Amino acid sequence: MRTELIVNGAKHVVEVEPRTTLLDCLRDQLKLTGAHAGCEHGVCGACTVLFDGVAVRSCLMFAVQADGAPITTIEGIAPGPGELSPIQDAFCETHGMQCGYCTPAMILTAHALLANNPEPTREEIVDAISGNICRCTGYAQIVEAISLAAERMRGANRPVETT
Amino acid sequence: MKAAPFEYSRPSDIDEACALLAADDGARVIAGGQTLVPMMAMRLARPSRLVDIGRIAALSYVREDTDGIAIGAATRQCAVEHDGLVAQRLPLLAKVMPWIGHAATRARGTIGGSLANADPAAELELIAITLDTTLTYRLDGKSVDVPAPEFFAGAMTTALPAGACLASARFPVWREQKVGTGFHEVNARRSDFAFASAAAQIALDDDGNCKRIAIGIGAVTEAPLRLAEVEKQLTGTRLEEAKVRDAVQGALADIEPMSDLHASADYRRRVAVKLATRAIANAAADAKGKRHAH
Amino acid sequence: MSAPSHFRFVSTDRRVREDRRFVAGKGRFVADVDVANTRHVALVTCPYAAARIKSIDKTAALAMPGVHYVLDGRELAEATNPLAAGLDTPNVPRRPLAPDVARYSGEWVVAVVADTRALAEDAAEAVEIDYEPLPFVLDAEEALEKNAPLVHEAHGSNVLLDKTFTWGEVEKDFAESPHNLSLRVKWARSSTVPVETFGVVSSWDPWREILDVWASIQMPRYTEQIAGALKIPMSSVRLHHDVDVGGSYGIKRGIKHAILTGYLTRRLGFPVRLIEDRLENMRGGDAHGPERLFDVEVAFDDSGIVRSMKMRALENVGAYAGRSPFQLGKPIGSIVGPYKIRSVQYRAMAVVTNKTTQEAVRGFGQGPTNLALERMMDEVANALHLDPLEMRRRNLIRHDEFPYRIPSGTEYDSGDYETVIAKVIAGGRYDELKKERDRLRREGMLAGIGIAACLEPSGGNATFEALINPKVTTSTFMDSCRINVDGSGAIAATMHTTSSGQGHETLVATVIGEVLQIDPDTIRVTRPDSLSSLPSGTPVGSRMAIMLGGAAFHAAQKLKAKLIAIAAHDLGIPAERAVYEQGAVFDRDAPAKRRTIKEIATIADRNYHRMPDGMEPGLSVSHVMQVPTGGKLPTPDGRVQMYPCFSFEFHLLLVKIDPDLGAPEIVRYRLGHDCGTQINPKIVRGMTMGGIAHGIGAALYEEFAYNDDGQLIAQTFMDYVLPSSHEVPAVEMVDHETPSPHTVLGQKGSGESGYLGAPAAIANAVNDALRPLGLSMNTLPLKASKLGDLIASVRGQ
Repeated sequence: MRTELIVNGAKHVVEVEPRTTLLDCLRDQLKLTGAHAGCEHGVCGACTVLFDGVAVRSCLMFAVQADGAPITTIEGIAPGPGELSPIQDAFCETHGMQCGYCTPAMILTAHALLANNPEPTREEIVDAISGNICRCTGYAQIVEAISLAAERMRGANRPVETT
Repeated sequence: MKAAPFEYSRPSDIDEACALLAADDGARVIAGGQTLVPMMAMRLARPSRLVDIGRIAALSYVREDTDGIAIGAATRQCAVEHDGLVAQRLPLLAKVMPWIGHAATRARGTIGGSLANADPAAELELIAITLDTTLTYRLDGKSVDVPAPEFFAGAMTTALPAGACLASARFPVWREQKVGTGFHEVNARRSDFAFASAAAQIALDDDGNCKRIAIGIGAVTEAPLRLAEVEKQLTGTRLEEAKVRDAVQGALADIEPMSDLHASADYRRRVAVKLATRAIANAAADAKGKRHAH
Repeated sequence: MSAPSHFRFVSTDRRVREDRRFVAGKGRFVADVDVANTRHVALVTCPYAAARIKSIDKTAALAMPGVHYVLDGRELAEATNPLAAGLDTPNVPRRPLAPDVARYSGEWVVAVVADTRALAEDAAEAVEIDYEPLPFVLDAEEALEKNAPLVHEAHGSNVLLDKTFTWGEVEKDFAESPHNLSLRVKWARSSTVPVETFGVVSSWDPWREILDVWASIQMPRYTEQIAGALKIPMSSVRLHHDVDVGGSYGIKRGIKHAILTGYLTRRLGFPVRLIEDRLENMRGGDAHGPERLFDVEVAFDDSGIVRSMKMRALENVGAYAGRSPFQLGKPIGSIVGPYKIRSVQYRAMAVVTNKTTQEAVRGFGQGPTNLALERMMDEVANALHLDPLEMRRRNLIRHDEFPYRIPSGTEYDSGDYETVIAKVIAGGRYDELKKERDRLRREGMLAGIGIAACLEPSGGNATFEALINPKVTTSTFMDSCRINVDGSGAIAATMHTTSSGQGHETLVATVIGEVLQIDPDTIRVTRPDSLSSLPSGTPVGSRMAIMLGGAAFHAAQKLKAKLIAIAAHDLGIPAERAVYEQGAVFDRDAPAKRRTIKEIATIADRNYHRMPDGMEPGLSVSHVMQVPTGGKLPTPDGRVQMYPCFSFEFHLLLVKIDPDLGAPEIVRYRLGHDCGTQINPKIVRGMTMGGIAHGIGAALYEEFAYNDDGQLIAQTFMDYVLPSSHEVPAVEMVDHETPSPHTVLGQKGSGESGYLGAPAAIANAVNDALRPLGLSMNTLPLKASKLGDLIASVRGQ
C-alpha cells in the first residue's frame, strides 16, 4: 500500500505491505536504524519513536496506520551533524547507557517527558522510563541524565537577569 | 515475529467499518492495536483484514449525557487519563487509567480496544463491570446496548456478534455528594497485567453510613466479578472492618480462581480478599474526606 | 605503582567516547549491517520436549513466493562438523539443526531462506514435519535416576560431569567441629537476556575465499569454531569487530547461528542473515543460564568460625553442552569467597535434560555459587544466634593476610574487606537499618536485612577447562593492543574484539593517554577485523580492564621507549639523559633541547637517515599480553590459579514484604565496592548498578519456567519478567580502592560483582523477613505468589 510518512520533517512516500510495522518500515525502507527491535511485542520499548510528539512503540503499529502523521526518530533529535541536543549531551555526561541499544528510545522517551514536564521529580522520571527496559545500567545513570538535562534546559530558558 | 499477511482498510465511519467486517469473516477491528499487534506478530491472531477505526473522529469523545459519561470506542486511553470530565465525574475510572500499560501504550491504546479484548486482568474491564457500564455496539446500521456483565462472556471472549463494532461505553455517574473510590492491584511489574485487582466506589450518607457501594475484583476469574452479595450486605452499614472482611471472604469462598505461571489460584483468591477489603476501606476513607459538592 | 592521585586521566571523571554514537542512534548493530542482496532466515522449531524427526516435507514451503531454500539438519550435519564440546563427550554432539532427534521444545529443525524475514516466516509455517514424540526429562535430579529417559541415547547416561575435589582435611575438620548444618539452595534457570537478540550476517566470497561475518558476538575463539565446523581454514573467516553488540553479559555466543548462515551463504551464493526474533531467542537461541541445585554441609565452631564446607552443585545444562559445564569450574577459584574456610569438598555435577541449551552468563557460574555460600553463612549465624555481620567479620580474611592462598590453590591478590564494610555501615547505618526493620515489623510488615559479600575473580585465563576436562591443555589467554603514530604525530590504537557496552575504546585511549601523558580524546581507537587483528580473548571473565588495559599500557610503554630512543639519537644525547614528558622528549641537562612527538614521528616516517642504526622505521608497536599469574596447568589434586585479581563487594539492604501480598520490595540498598584502581569511574559505577539490576531480576522475577509437558512457558517479555525502572531501587554506593599488585595500574575487574552479590543479599533479606514466622525460602526467584502462599501456610488462611 502506498503510504506517506512524515519523518523528522521530511515527507517519504513508501510502498509497504499492510503487515509491515512502522519499526520495520523506518529501519528497512527509510534506513533510519536508530529505532531498534528488542521484543517486537511491545514490552521492551527499544523501538520507541515520537508519533505526533508522543512516545509510542513503533513495533505495535503498522506503517499504514502512520499514514500522514508526523514522526520523530532519534535521527531527528540532534540539532546538527556531530552536535548533541541537551538531552543527548546529558546522557553522555552521566554515561546513561552502556551498550547503546535501548538508548535512542530512552532519549526519545525523555524528550516526550521533558516537553510536558520541565521539572520532573525522580519518581516521575522513573515512571516515565518504566516502559523502556535497559539491561545494562540498572537505570541509575539514565535517571541522572534526564534530571541533569531537565536542570540544564530550565537554566537555558531562564531569562537573563538584569539589575 | 512478523504478522501473517492481511488486507487493510480505513473506513471513515462505523457503518462502513461494520460493512467491511460483515463482508469478511476473518476481518477484525484494529483501534490502538496494543494487544492485537503483538498477537499478530506471534501469529496467534491472523485476521484476513484489519478494519482500522482509529481515525474515525466520531468514535473519539468523552461526553456527558443524562445517564452518565459516554466514551467513544476509539478514544485513546491517554485522552481519558487526562480528561477533566472523567476526573470530575468518574473518579474510579480516572484512578485506574495510569495503571493501564505504560504511557507509550496508553498513547495508542483505546477504551474500546481494551474492552473488546476482554482480558480478565485488564483494568478497564474491571471498572466496566464494577460501575455497571453499558456497552454499545453497532450492527446492521443499528446501535445495540449491552450491560457489561453480559458483554464479558469469558476470558478474551465478548458477546459482540460477528460483524459488529463496539461504538462506545457509557459509565454511570454517581450523583451522591460523598463518593469515594479505592483501587488496588498486584503484579510483578507495575505496568503488567494484574495477578489480582479490586475496585470499589462508595457513597456515604451524612451520618457516614454506606448508602451505596460497588465492588469488583479482576484478574482472578475468567471475567471480572462484581460482588453483588457483598454490596447487599454492606449497604446501610458503617463498613466496619470485620464486617467487610467477612462479606468479601464469604463472596469469594466458592469462586474458582485462575492459576498460571505468575500466581496460584489460592494466591489469587487470598489476595483478592485483601485487595477488595482494602479498596473498600480506601473508598470509604476517600468518601469521608469529601465535602459537599454544592 | 602510583597512588590514584598521581594519575592524569585514569580514575578521573571522564566521558565515555562510545556514548556519542549511541545517543545519536548511530551505533552500528548487526541488524543495521546492510549488505546488498542479503536474504533472510527463519526457523522451524520442534514443538515437543523430545521427538524423533520422521519426515520433513518442504514442497509447499519451497513453492512459496520469495523462498530460496529450505535446509534440514541432515544436510547440514553431513556438510559440517558439530560444535566444539568443552567436555570429553563425543556422543553428545551439538548441531545447529537437529538431524534426527530434537531434544527440547524450541530446538531448531529447519531453516528457511527467503527474500524477507516475513516471507521466510510464512514459508516456515508451511514446512510439514512428522514427529514421533519421545520420553523426556526436565528435572536434574530426575535425570540422575536409573530409569530416566536418556537425552542422548548414545552417551549412555544423562551425566556429563561428576567430579569431586577435596582440598584439605575435610572429614577431620567436620569431625572436630562442634556444629554442622546442611541446606539446599536452588538458583533458577535465568539469564542475562540482552535487549538485542543474537544476530549474524554471513557472506561468502568464492573468488576471494573469504567468509565475512558480522555478528552481535561476545566470545573467545568464535572464528575458530566457525572455521572448524565449516571445514575451512580460519584464515578464510573474517569477523568484523566493529559491530556494536546490544548487550551480552556473557551470553551472546551464536556459534550455531554462524555455522548455519555460513553454510547457507556458501551453499546459496548470496549473503544470509539470521536475526533471532524474541521467541527464537528465548526458546532456541542457546541463551539460557545456569540452573543449579546446591546441597551444602558446613562445619563450624561455637564462635561461628566456619571450618569446612562440603558443596554439591548439580547443574541442569539443558539438552546440549558447549562450554556451559565449565561454569561449575570457575567458582573453584574463589570457592570460599572472602572467608578463611580451611578445607572444602566440592562435587561438580552436570546433567543433560530436555531443556534449552545454556551458554555463559555474567560471572560464569559464580553468581549461583555465591548465593549458596552466602545463604550458608547466614544460616550458620542464625544457628548460633549471632549477628550475621559479626559472624562474617569473624571469618573474613584480614587485610594483612594478603596474598592469601585458599584451599583450592588460588592466591587472592589483595583486599581490605573490613574497611569496605566499615564504609558501608559508617555513621551507625547498620543499627539504623535494624531499627527500620523492627519498626516495619511492628507495623505488621515482614522485614529483613540482607547481607552478602562477594568476590569477583577477574582477568583470568581459562584453566577451569583443564580442571574440569584434563584433556584440555590450554593455559594461554591473551589480549593485545597495537599503536601506530602516523607521520603527523597523530596516534591510532587498535583493539581486537567486539564490545557490548563496556567502553573498551575509552579504556584503551585512557590508558595510552595516561602513559604518554597526552589527552586521551586525541587518540583514535579502531577495531580491525579478525584477519587483521592481534590475539584477543574477548571481553569475558571480567578481564578487559586488566588484559586490554594491560596490553595498551605495555604497548604505550614500548612506544614511549622508541620515542625516547629516536629523540635521544636525533638530539645526540645518551638515552639515559632523554626525558619523556607530555608528548615530547627533552635533554635532562638542557631542557630546551627537545623533540615533540610530531617531530619524532616525522623522523620515523620520513627521515630514515636520522633514525638510530638498525631500528625499524615507523612508529608502530604492539603488545600481546598473557594473564598475570597465569600459564600453569592445574595440579593433579585440582589446585590452580585461574584469576590474578579479586575485587570485593559488600551488599547491605532492607527488604519489606506485605504479608498479605507476598511481594518483596527493596527499601534500602547500600553497597561497598572495591575493584582496585578505577580506570573510568562512570563505567565502573554503571557496570555495578547494572549488575545489581540483573541480580534483582534473578532473585525476584526471572525464570525460564517450563510446564510439565516440557514447554517453555516464559518465552515472551510478558512472562519472563525483566526489572523495569520501578523495580530497581536507588543504590547508595561507596568506593574503596585496594590496588592489585598484579596489574599495571592496580586495576581489577568490575563487570560482574553486582550480579554476584545482589541475589545472595536479597535472598538473605527475604529469609530474615520470613524468620519470625519460622519460614525460609531457598529457591529463586522469590516471587510474590510463592512467598504469599508460603506465608499464608503458617498464618492459617
